Amino acid sequence: MALQDLCKLQEVLVDRLSAGCSSEPFGTTTGCNYVSGSPFSDAGMFHFYIPAAEYLEESPIRFGQIRPVRSVGAASSPDSPALSWPPGLPLASSHCVPLPFPMAHGTTTLAFLFQGGVMVAADTRSSCSGLVACPASQKILPIHSHLVGTTSGTSADCALWKRILARELRLYQLRHGRRVSTSGAAKLLARMLHPFKGTELCVGATLCGWDGGAAGGGRDPGKNPSSVSGASLCYVCSDGTRLQGALFSVGSGSPYAYSILDQGVKWGLTVDQATAVAREAVYRATHRDAYSGNCVDVYRVSSEGWTRRTREDLKEEYYREEERRGRPSE
Amino acid sequence: ITFGDPGKMRDYHYTGPVEHRFSPYSFNGGTVLAVAGEDFAIVASDTRLSEGYSIHSRDSPKCYKLTDTTVVGCSGFHGDCLTLTKIIDARLKMYKHSNNKTMTSGAIAAMLSTILYGRRFFPYYVYNIIGGLDEHGKGAVYSFDPVGSYQRDTYKAGGSASAMLQPLLDNQIGFKNMEGVQHVPLTQEKAVQLVKDVFISAAERDVYTGDALRVCIITKEGISEQTVPLRKD
Repeated sequence: MALQDLCKLQEVLVDRLSAGCSSEPFGTTTGCNYVSGSPFSDAGMFHFYIPAAEYLEESPIRFGQIRPVRSVGAASSPDSPALSWPPGLPLASSHCVPLPFPMAHGTTTLAFLFQGGVMVAADTRSSCSGLVACPASQKILPIHSHLVGTTSGTSADCALWKRILARELRLYQLRHGRRVSTSGAAKLLARMLHPFKGTELCVGATLCGWDGGAAGGGRDPGKNPSSVSGASLCYVCSDGTRLQGALFSVGSGSPYAYSILDQGVKWGLTVDQATAVAREAVYRATHRDAYSGNCVDVYRVSSEGWTRRTREDLKEEYYREEERRGRPSE
Repeated sequence: ITFGDPGKMRDYHYTGPVEHRFSPYSFNGGTVLAVAGEDFAIVASDTRLSEGYSIHSRDSPKCYKLTDTTVVGCSGFHGDCLTLTKIIDARLKMYKHSNNKTMTSGAIAAMLSTILYGRRFFPYYVYNIIGGLDEHGKGAVYSFDPVGSYQRDTYKAGGSASAMLQPLLDNQIGFKNMEGVQHVPLTQEKAVQLVKDVFISAAERDVYTGDALRVCIITKEGISEQTVPLRKD
């Protein structure tokens, strides 16, 4: 694909963090290994990484094994979405037909700012009113090299609108020679969803990104430490809400996640500590919320771009916790 | 389903006026299943077409051949299945004429997602599963929801008996929810036998599944079909 040549993708680097995860209050984590998503040198307007969601490309044939650490699709990218997009967006009709089937809903996603960038986590259960439609869905979708979005609500809506957003951001970058900021992308998404207000479209997304250059590019270091770093977090909802903030959790499991996050999130956390907090919040929420469960995905967005931690099955964590407490596992 | 007289439940039964709306949808039953192997893919469906208490046809398979390497299984509302497959065929031809090559399985999946989402507010009531070979010759299965959300899987069941079959496949193909088992890669013969056994079980317990089973096996040699009889009651 032409964009691939323009971007001149290099070898993917595996970025391993120090294994000293000792002093966080939530017990030992099983390795905070991050895999670098893609080489994100901040060079020039043509450098725009178009993510290939690997759940769409790679053959998942593993016959029961947990997926090994994999470099996220630097080599392949999907066929140009512009070719297969229907000429018009779905027309919102005020007269809604009662549907005979339920849509996929229910989730726990969270994101917060800290000194190392933005920490993003989500569960992987996709449920359809009582049936788990997919135990291994992806709720954190990369939009470009420095922007990641969480999805909550109807998975079809979130997947498609993220694609549209990625396309519009890329067009903006080509036309104006610079990347859109996170709050700008949030505004764009909110404006695009506005005509569908009142319909059954259901999208609750947090856009987590890094704005500006590697050093947080030319911002006034004001009172707020996050204005020095380029980390930025915006919540966008299909009913028109658009909020900028430092901590968000979205979905049916969010109340449970908020309790962990309110206790544990501080600006000065190290990357390992922040990973532990995020993971713990999702773990507790999946325990209490019926519509969240299965595995947890953790991403981090920093000045180098986004990196992803290996997907972890929370079932193992539950058994480890039972052992720690000295109770026999049920 | 309404029964005439509420009988003893008269005190707890709603007896006021009820508004009935015309529903443009109907449920025609049927189950579809797809499995991906190392160098093959299998798409199987039963052939019963039902509506309410009646059976319209015992020979209405739900697998539709799209290209030499891709088969789609569509279950749900038969009217929407027919229209959707016509639209996919037309788009495949258009692609072939403008790009001078056949669409790959992944491309068909992405296209189907956008076709389905184009009708987000009056959806096609169809549960689709695409099975085929990807560009590297490995088996690929893509499963969809009615509004176009999709992802690539190793195996997936869709349709009326999907809730019964999916846990069974998780166990037998994914080796999930078991301890101390050897994870043996799935051979084509074992996969075909598993699919047949699984549908026989589904026909026992699901009223909308039965009559016959159509299995399409996709390998690099092409697509071969088998038909196996199932319970007719």
